Amino acid sequence: MSGVRVLVGTKKGAFLLTADANRQAWTVDGPHFGGWEIYHLAGSPVDPNRLYASQSSGWFGQIIQRSGDGGRTWEPMGNQFVYEGETGTHQWYDGTPHPWEFKRVWHLEPSLHDPDTVYAGVEDAAIFRSTDGAKTWTELPGLRQHSTGSRWQPGAGGMCLHTIVLDAVDPQRIFVAISAAGAFRTDDGGETWRPINRGLRSEFLPEQEAEVGHCVHRIAMHPSRPNVLFMQKHWDVMRSDDAGDSWREVSGNLPVDFGFPIAVHAHEPDTIYVVPIKSDSEHFPPEGKLRVYRSRTGGMEWEALTKGLPQSDCYVNVLRDAMAVDRLDECGIYFGTSGGQVYVSPNGGDDWQCIVHDLPPVLSVEVQTLP
Amino acid sequence: MIRVILPAHLRTLARVDGEVSLAVSAPVTIRTVLDALEARHPMLLGTIRDAVTGERRPFLRFFVCSEDWSHGAEDRPLPLPVCTGSEPLIVLGAIAGG
Repeated sequence: MSGVRVLVGTKKGAFLLTADANRQAWTVDGPHFGGWEIYHLAGSPVDPNRLYASQSSGWFGQIIQRSGDGGRTWEPMGNQFVYEGETGTHQWYDGTPHPWEFKRVWHLEPSLHDPDTVYAGVEDAAIFRSTDGAKTWTELPGLRQHSTGSRWQPGAGGMCLHTIVLDAVDPQRIFVAISAAGAFRTDDGGETWRPINRGLRSEFLPEQEAEVGHCVHRIAMHPSRPNVLFMQKHWDVMRSDDAGDSWREVSGNLPVDFGFPIAVHAHEPDTIYVVPIKSDSEHFPPEGKLRVYRSRTGGMEWEALTKGLPQSDCYVNVLRDAMAVDRLDECGIYFGTSGGQVYVSPNGGDDWQCIVHDLPPVLSVEVQTLP
Repeated sequence: MIRVILPAHLRTLARVDGEVSLAVSAPVTIRTVLDALEARHPMLLGTIRDAVTGERRPFLRFFVCSEDWSHGAEDRPLPLPVCTGSEPLIVLGAIAGG
């Protein structure tokens, strides 16, 4: 393993950060697509030079870009995301029915096996798939047309499908998360879906343990153990040991159990990371101290990781798609902030350094471990 | 030739410098000009008008000979100065956002 490439999506463009395996000296390349919101970039696990990017703008709508040379050059691909069949309605903020309207692609998840196959999670919540390298997109409508769909409602950030987790063992199984509908799973390649929210509890719901309506912020899985899922919910850090059939809270001794991202160490399936954030309205770190919390026990017991992170007067946020890990022998942890900083810990969270500190607000961070 | 002036972001996306010149058969309307523009530069599909409904995106405007042709004028014949190329069709982005 010779190095890493960090794919950073920001409110005003994309940036590619590269380093060798030491992860000390960094090259910053960008902005690509300057002025556009880049909600997410992702690389194919089977062809690291194949990258996909979601580029959008309130003026000009959605663009999908593809690179075949690791991000040196890009090509606009297909941008038609058309809901299949009857569009139907979901709940609006005021509880009235509101038709599904495509707004943007929040998350791109390339196939684990085929560089031309990529999934897109969109707002209003739905999942699309392309099998021709993002030229054309087809919805997997069984999710949106689930019998609970008419009861889904947007969170403050919109009704977005923001998380797609592919099962490395069972290619027919996919997990998704929607704000604020909850988590869903398919076991038949996307044909049919079912809510997997048993054990989640949300105080903002009239029925606190309802089948749907939970504001799931992020789900993470270690590829070697696909039945174990970790979730950062609007409040509560949760764990499932049965592929989402049931969840239990593992917030333990966290200073606050609100946050957005959650990530799993590349080589230690029970080592997980979160970034506690003060809420409901502040959305910055408690006490102005930017702290990543690590659990080596799959939750419950957490330790603060602070070395190299600002421990005073820090009021940034870390969004749900803005944390990632590399697969180098000593696992690197990365996250980006609303203040435009991208941090790396090349030793599993013990020590942190800032790769760049003046980017536009960071929306997403992905890491490619390069051969 | 019909001259079209695009917002800077769309010029970058379409990889064009300056104005776009298009040969458009009659009738010359905003709709037929945009059809020709999207045929020449398919990456612009969906960026000026919705690719499915054909409706103008809300934060864009069409200016013709110092008039706003943004509302319901897609099929109205464009005036002679635009058809002869002495005046451009301007696609303008709203001054909004941060």
